[in-house]
This record gives sequence, structure tokens and C-alpha cells, in this order.
Amino acid sequence: MIYPLIGLVIGLIIGFEMPISLPQEYVKLLSVALLAVFDSVLGGVRAAKEGHYDNQIFISGFFINALLATLLCYGGEIIGIDLYFVGILVFGMRIFQNIAIIRRLYLGK
Amino acid sequence: MFYDKHAKILIMLVFAVLGVMIATQFRINEVRKASVPFQRAEEITERLKIVEKERNQLLLEIQRLQEKTSNEVIDREINMLKAYAGDTALYGPGVVVTVDDSKKVAKPGENANLYIIHDDDLLRIINELRAAGAEGIAINEERLTAISEIRCAGPTLSVNNNRFAPPYIIRAIGDAKSMENSLKMRGGVVETLKFWGIQVTVAQEGHVVLPPYRGTHSFEYAKIGEGEAK
Repeated sequence: MIYPLIGLVIGLIIGFEMPISLPQEYVKLLSVALLAVFDSVLGGVRAAKEGHYDNQIFISGFFINALLATLLCYGGEIIGIDLYFVGILVFGMRIFQNIAIIRRLYLGK
Repeated sequence: MFYDKHAKILIMLVFAVLGVMIATQFRINEVRKASVPFQRAEEITERLKIVEKERNQLLLEIQRLQEKTSNEVIDREINMLKAYAGDTALYGPGVVVTVDDSKKVAKPGENANLYIIHDDDLLRIINELRAAGAEGIAINEERLTAISEIRCAGPTLSVNNNRFAPPYIIRAIGDAKSMENSLKMRGGVVETLKFWGIQVTVAQEGHVVLPPYRGTHSFEYAKIGEGEAK
């Protein structure tokens, strides 16, 4: 459990100390990607609790989900459809679902 | 839970990426909170552009209208002054007065001068016309200006330094009826002239044309303004 925390702290430090920041236009993309990433992490935790955690699935899911969400959002921006909201909605729902399942698993019911 | 060191380092890497993303998002959000919302800024810039465009158009319009009005006013003023000075031809209703020498033959011993037209005869007619409200007067083809002279020059008459022989045709624009009446009134000019046999006809006309003054206006001595008293 310590390794993910160390990684997170390192990442936060890097992120805050980074001299460059993202342009305003890409804020939407990043937020969707962030949600996708959260979803992946929670999915990973849930899988670990259920006992069928697979490192490759977790890591590939982590990056591909984030990338796909970003691309979807970007493409939506190009053709003028707010796919951004779709990403937010879907990932938000999945995050809540995952949390609910994790909660149940922790409670052991 | 975690099977080997390799996997642990990979997971650490993944979480590092997550940390970077969170940090970035956080920083951007801080910046965004401090500045005007993006969409709002876009909207405001758009409106500013429109308003500026409108303002520029209105400025141009103002300029155009000012130029137009000032030019128009000046043109009108110039035309009026030219008309007053006699520089332009005028037309309008008025009277045409024809004056010719007497056909009476001077009796022996009588002064023949009494039977020909003199400058003061014409001056009286013109004075009468002016009193009756003539707005412009011309003798033969010479327009009378403010400084036109009417003067005997031997058997001829000099107006604006041009000489004319009888008959003299005086054209005047104005209230035709009152001008005719003032000339023909009892004891008036026409009656006096007729006494000496000088032929005077007065005709009202609806369309009288006055030629423009063809000389030049120049002041050799006079200067514009009141100057300083000495």
C-alpha cells in the first residue's frame, strides 16, 4: 500500500513544481482524463478486493482509458459536440459504482 | 496483493502520473479562478469587437455628416452672397420699364435737353423701384450693383462703365404690382417724364432675367473690418 502513496506524492510534487502548465483550452480534456484515471484506480482497488487483480490489465486500462477519454473529448470539440459531458457522466457514474462495490466489499457483505 | 517488485514500481509510476494530473488540474483551476471565466471572456471580447466596429462606423458617419453640412452651409452662404453682389444671374417675376427719348421736337428757343433722358430720370425710376422693394435691377444688359453708377456720358448713359444709347430697358425683380404702381402713381416719375414727352412703358412680367455683373470686384482703398480710429 506504500508504493502507490509514494508514487502519488512524487507525482504531486512533480506536478506542482513543473514550470509549464497546460493551456486553458485543454482543461476539459485533462478533467475527463483525470476522471478516467480515477475510475481505473478504483477499478483496480475493487479488483484487488475481489481477488482477481491483474497488473497488466490495471496499467493498460489506466492509460488507455485516459487516452480514449481525452481523444473522445478532443474529437467532440472538433465536430462541435460536447462529448466532454458524456465522459464526465460515464466516468462519474462508474466511480460511484466502484466506490459502492468497494464499500460493500470492505464491509464484507 | 502485489506480486513482485516490478509490478510495484509500475504501480508507483502509474500513481505518479495520476499525481501529476491532479496537480496540473489543481493549478489550472487556481489560474482559472483568478481570471475571468474563459467563455465569459470570449463573449466579452466578441461584444467589444462589435461595439468598437459600431463606434467606428458612427464616427465615420459623424465626420461625413459634418463635412457635408459645413460644405452645404458654406456653399449656400456663398451663393447667397454672390446673388446679393450681383455675380449670378437672377430670374423671377417683376417689371420691365422701357424708356426712350421724347419724340417731341424742341421748339425754337427751347432747351433740347429737356426732351432727352437724363441720368437723374433713370435714377428716379430706379430709386422708385428700390423703394417698392425691387430685389435686383438691371439696365439694358448691365446689372446694378451696390456701387454701380448711372451717369450721363454725352448723349449716352454710362452704367458700370459701359455706355448705352436709348432706349433704355430697366428690368427689376420684385413685387411687380407694387413696383408698377409706385412708378405710375399720380405725380410720380412716369407722369413727370411723360410731361416732357419721354416715352415710358411699364410692363409686368412673370419671368424677368437679370444678367450677372460682369465686372470685377476689387478694393483699392477699402479694407475689411472696422480698423483703428485715428
